[in-house]
Amino acid sequence: MGTFTLYMQYIVNGITLGAIYSLIALGYTMVYGILKFINFAHGDVLMVGAFVGLLVYEALAGAAEPGMWTIFCFFIAMVISMAFCAFLGMFIERVAYKPLRNANRLAPLLSAIGVSFILSNGAAWIFGTTSRRFPYPFENEPIHIGGVTITPHQILVIIVSVAMMVLLAFFVNKTRMGKAMRATSLDQPTSMLMGINVNRVISLTFAIGSALAAVGGMLAAFDFRVYPSMGTMTGLKAFVAAVIGGIGNIQGAMIGGVLLGILEAVGAPLLHIPNGMRDTVAFAVLIIILLVKPDGILGKNEREKV
Amino acid sequence: MLNFFQLILIYAGVYAIMAIGQNCITGYTGMLSLCHAGFFCVGSYATAIICKVLGFSFWLSLPVAAIISGVIGFLIGVPTLRLKGDYLCIATLGLGEIIRNVATNLNPVGISQIPRVELFGYVFMSRNKWAFIILIWAFVLIFYLLFQRLLHSRIGRAMTAVREDEVAAASNGIDVTKYKIVSFVLGAAVGGIAGCFQTAYTLTVSPASYTFMVSVMVLCTVVLGGMGNGKAVILGAVIIQFISYFPQLTGLTNVIPAQAKQMIFGLILVVMMVWRPQGILGRDKFRYGCEKKRLFGKKKEGAV
Amino acid sequence: MRILETQNLTREFGGVIAVNDVSFKVEQGLVTGLIGPNGAGKTTLFNQITGMDKPTSGKVIFDGKDITGLPAWKISRLGIARTFQNIRLYKDLTAVENVMLGLHFKVGTDPFRNRFVQAIKSYMFANSENMDMYGMAMEWLAFFDISNSAQEYARNLPYGTQRELEIARALAAEPKLLFLDEPAAGMNPAETAHLMSVIEKIRSLGVSVVLIEHDMKLVMNICDQITVLNFGMKIAEGTPNSIKSNKDVIEAYLGREEI
Repeated sequence: MGTFTLYMQYIVNGITLGAIYSLIALGYTMVYGILKFINFAHGDVLMVGAFVGLLVYEALAGAAEPGMWTIFCFFIAMVISMAFCAFLGMFIERVAYKPLRNANRLAPLLSAIGVSFILSNGAAWIFGTTSRRFPYPFENEPIHIGGVTITPHQILVIIVSVAMMVLLAFFVNKTRMGKAMRATSLDQPTSMLMGINVNRVISLTFAIGSALAAVGGMLAAFDFRVYPSMGTMTGLKAFVAAVIGGIGNIQGAMIGGVLLGILEAVGAPLLHIPNGMRDTVAFAVLIIILLVKPDGILGKNEREKV
Repeated sequence: MLNFFQLILIYAGVYAIMAIGQNCITGYTGMLSLCHAGFFCVGSYATAIICKVLGFSFWLSLPVAAIISGVIGFLIGVPTLRLKGDYLCIATLGLGEIIRNVATNLNPVGISQIPRVELFGYVFMSRNKWAFIILIWAFVLIFYLLFQRLLHSRIGRAMTAVREDEVAAASNGIDVTKYKIVSFVLGAAVGGIAGCFQTAYTLTVSPASYTFMVSVMVLCTVVLGGMGNGKAVILGAVIIQFISYFPQLTGLTNVIPAQAKQMIFGLILVVMMVWRPQGILGRDKFRYGCEKKRLFGKKKEGAV
Repeated sequence: MRILETQNLTREFGGVIAVNDVSFKVEQGLVTGLIGPNGAGKTTLFNQITGMDKPTSGKVIFDGKDITGLPAWKISRLGIARTFQNIRLYKDLTAVENVMLGLHFKVGTDPFRNRFVQAIKSYMFANSENMDMYGMAMEWLAFFDISNSAQEYARNLPYGTQRELEIARALAAEPKLLFLDEPAAGMNPAETAHLMSVIEKIRSLGVSVVLIEHDMKLVMNICDQITVLNFGMKIAEGTPNSIKSNKDVIEAYLGREEI
C-alpha cells in the first residue's frame, strides 16, 4: 500500500473517531456555554448510554442473525438510550448542579466529580468491571475504495453523527427554544428578564447534551467495548476536542472533534507513537492548544468584566 | 479489631499529609487539582528506588520525592495556571493518568522488598504498628504546623486573596499566577512526601494502586473536613479512612461490595457541596492581633 | 506636576471602539472627576490605566514612566490603587484581613533582597510581620471609622461600610494615585455625605484621586478638574464651573434640542 493511501486510510479512521468525539464534545461545550463549568459527569453519562443501548439491543435482537431486524433494533436501542440519558442528565442537573448555581466556582466542579464517581462505580457494581463487546447489527464486511478500506460500522458512525449534528444545528439556529438557548448562553440575567425560562433552557441543554453522549457512547462501544470506566478517557478526549474548537462554541466542538480524531489517527503513526501512548497525543494537543491559542479555533476571547 | 484501628490510623496519617497538600492547592488558593494520586505515585517510587535500587536511606527520599513532585507540578502548572477558568483540573486529570501510565509501562510489576526505615538505630517493623503511627502522625503534626503558619503568613494570605477574587488580588499588587504556581508546587511536593510514608509502611509499590480514586479520596477528605481549614482536613482524613475500612472493621466484606465505598465518596462530594460547602468544621477565622493568646492556649493543649 | 497622562489611548472590542483616542491628564494632589453618560468608556479607561486590560493603541505615562500594557499587579506596586464599580472585597475574609492584603507589598518588602529570600523571611517571621500589618491595617480602619467591624467577615458588612472598606484596602498600599469607580453608587444621601468627607481626607493625605461618578452634586462639589467622556471620546475638560456651562456636555447628558 502506498504512503498516500495509507494516510488516506488513517484520515478515514480519524474522521470516524472524530465524529464520535464531536458528539460527546457537544455536551461539554453546550453546558460550558450556559453554566460556565466543566461537566465532569458527562463522560460517565456516555458510559451509561452505552450500557443501556447494549442491554436494550441484546434484549431485542437476542441471537438474531445480522440483518434488517438487527439494524432496526439498533436504532430502537439508540432512541431508548438517548431518552434514558436525557432524563438522567436532567436529573443530575436538578439534584447536583442546580442548588449550586450561585455558589462559588469550585462547588459545581466538585459536585460533578462526585456524580461521575457515583455513576462509574454504580455501573461497576451492577454490571461488573469486565468489558463487553457491542455486537455489530450488520455484517461488518469491509468495503474497498481505491485501496482505502471503510467498514459499514464506520459508515454508520459517520451517518449517525452527521444526522445528529444537522438536527442540533437546526434546533439551535431555527427554533424558538434554540434561540432561547443561545440567548441564555450570552447573558443569563437578561434572558431571564426577557421572559425566557432559564431553568427550562438549562434542563433542556443537559437533556440534549446527554442524549448526544448516549449516541456517542453507543457508537464508541463498537471500537472501545463497553465497561464502567470507558467514559473517563473518551470523555477527557472529547473535552480536549471541545477546547480545540473553542469551548462554548457548538460549531467549534464539531470541528474540534474531527480534528482531534484525525490528529490522533495520523499523528500516532507519523510520530511512531506506540498504540498504548495514543491517549498521550490527545493530552499533548491539549497542552499545546492551551499554550498557543487557549480560546480554541472558533472561541472568542472572554474576559471577566471588571 | 485493634489491628484495623491501627491500620486506619496509619492510612489516615498518610492521607492527612496528602490532604494537607491538596488543601494548600484547593483550600487556600481555590484551584481544583485532580492528580494527587500522581504525586503520591512519584513519592512512592522515589522511596522505592532510592532505598532499594540506590541503597540510600529513607530520609534522603523525602526531599527527593518532594523536589521531583514539585518539579512535575511546576511543569504542568506553568502552562495551565496562566489561564483563567478550570483548565487546571482537566490538565491534572490527564497528568494523573499519564504518571500512572508511565509507571505501568516502565515497571508493570512494581517494586517489592524495600528496605525498612531506620531512625537512630531503631528499625520500623511492619508488625509494630504503633511505631509507624507515631512516625507518621509526627509528620502530620509537622506539616500541619508548617502549613498553618503558611496560611497565616503574608504568602498564605495572598493565596487566599487569589481564591477569593483574582482581579482584586491583582489590584493589590499580588502576582496571581506566581502565587498559584507556588501553591500548586507546594501541594504537589507534600503529596510526594505522603507517598514516601506509604512505601515505608507497605514496603512495596505497584503502579495499579495510584488510580484516579486516590485523587478523589484526597479531594473528598478536604471537602468533607472543610476547605482551607487544617484541623478539619485531618479530621476528614480519619473519617474517610474509617469509611474506607468499615467493611473490614465490621467483617462485612462479603456483604458490602467494593464499589460501595467509592460511591459513598462520590455522594459525600455532592452532598457536602449542596448542603455544607464549608465542610464539617467550616473555615477557621483567624484573629490577627490575638496571636500571643493563641500561642499560650496551644501550649496548654500540648501539656494535657 | 502631572502624575498621570494617557496619550491617544484607544481600546477596541471587535469593532466597537470603547475608548477612542483619549488623552487624559491627572494633576498631582488634585481630585479629578471622570464623568459621562453610561457606556461612555469611563471604566474601560480605568481598566486600561490600571492594567486590567490592554489598550489597542496609545500610551499610559505614570510618574514619568511608560506603564502601557504592564500587568495589573506591577502597576499597583508602582503606586496606582483602585476600587471597583461592583465592590470586589475578599468576601470570606475579615475586614482587617482585607486591609492587610492591601498592605501586601508594603510590609516586609526589602528591595535589596531577592524574592526567594524575602519569601522565606516573611514565612519565618510571619508572626511579627502579622503584628506589624495588623497594626497598620487597624489604623486604616480607624481612619475610616470602621474599626469596630474589623473582625467581621466582609460579606456581612453593610453596603456603605463595604464601599469604605474597599477604599481603605486600596489606600493601605499608600498609592500616589487612587482610582475610585462610582464610590457613591447605591449610597443614601447620608452615606454620600460621609463619603465626601472621606475623599476630602484622602486629598489631605496628598494622594491624587480620580473619581468616576454619576452623582453630579458630589462631583461638582469635590472635584478640582473634570474630564467628560462620551462615546469613548473626550468631549470636554476643565474646572467644574466651566464644565457646567459647556454646551457639548449639556448636549451629551440631555440630548440635542430638535428644532
